[in-house]
Amino acid sequence: MSMLNVFQIAGSALNAQSLRLNTTASNLANADSVVAEDGQPYRAKQVVFAARPVAGPEAIGVQVTQVVESAAPLRLVYEPNNPAANAEGYVEMPNVNVVEEMVNMISASRAYQNNAEVMNTARTLLQRTLQIGQ
Amino acid sequence: MKTQFDKSIQFHQTALNLQAQRQQLLASNIANADTPNYKARDIDFRTALQGALSGARDRMPLATTQPAHLGADPDTLLQQLSGYRTELQSAVDGNTVNMDIERAAFAENALHYEASVTFINGMLRSMNTAITGQ
Repeated sequence: MSMLNVFQIAGSALNAQSLRLNTTASNLANADSVVAEDGQPYRAKQVVFAARPVAGPEAIGVQVTQVVESAAPLRLVYEPNNPAANAEGYVEMPNVNVVEEMVNMISASRAYQNNAEVMNTARTLLQRTLQIGQ
Repeated sequence: MKTQFDKSIQFHQTALNLQAQRQQLLASNIANADTPNYKARDIDFRTALQGALSGARDRMPLATTQPAHLGADPDTLLQQLSGYRTELQSAVDGNTVNMDIERAAFAENALHYEASVTFINGMLRSMNTAITGQ
């Protein structure tokens, strides 16, 4: 039934957007992490969205196909006293762009709200349908 | 034998079905608002309803009697009728979803769906009145 597919479509979008919100949170939290788990400076992570049919060619949901690391150059800060500084006295800082991440966060939260609203509408319509003839 | 009641309730049933499928298409558009290269789709409700009422059916698949035969994808009625939305403001990532248009269409379609349900309910109630005679 087509109205039930709306839940799957909106659900996949909620999943994808919450993952995007998660990566944004990691990026913002680690905006100054000089050393990540691999010993290198933290690199910003970005999600890749792809359209994916959930039920038939008309019901297209969203899927996060991969989480990629940003290719932007690392930020260099002159701090000769820092133990992580190189021979010239520069410290490699994460390539997280805080402004970009804030924009990403707002966009993800708005998209999440939109899809939650879609789910609510579909629920109301299904309830009306169940009440036919009563 | 089909009575007038059957005919008119079948009209609303067809409309309800199409509205449910359109709701699914619009939900896909809203879900994929951030997917690169996703193209928004919609159906022209008037043409779709006329097509469905005039008895247009899903296109039949080609019979494959030999293993080497190529089978053509059988298009469903909705696939034949759905088209891509004209772009108003182009995005760099090739996405053509315009959230204002999609939300407006979604709300409008939900209202039409509720109207169809109300019509069916009204017809059933009148029939009930006629049967009980009260």
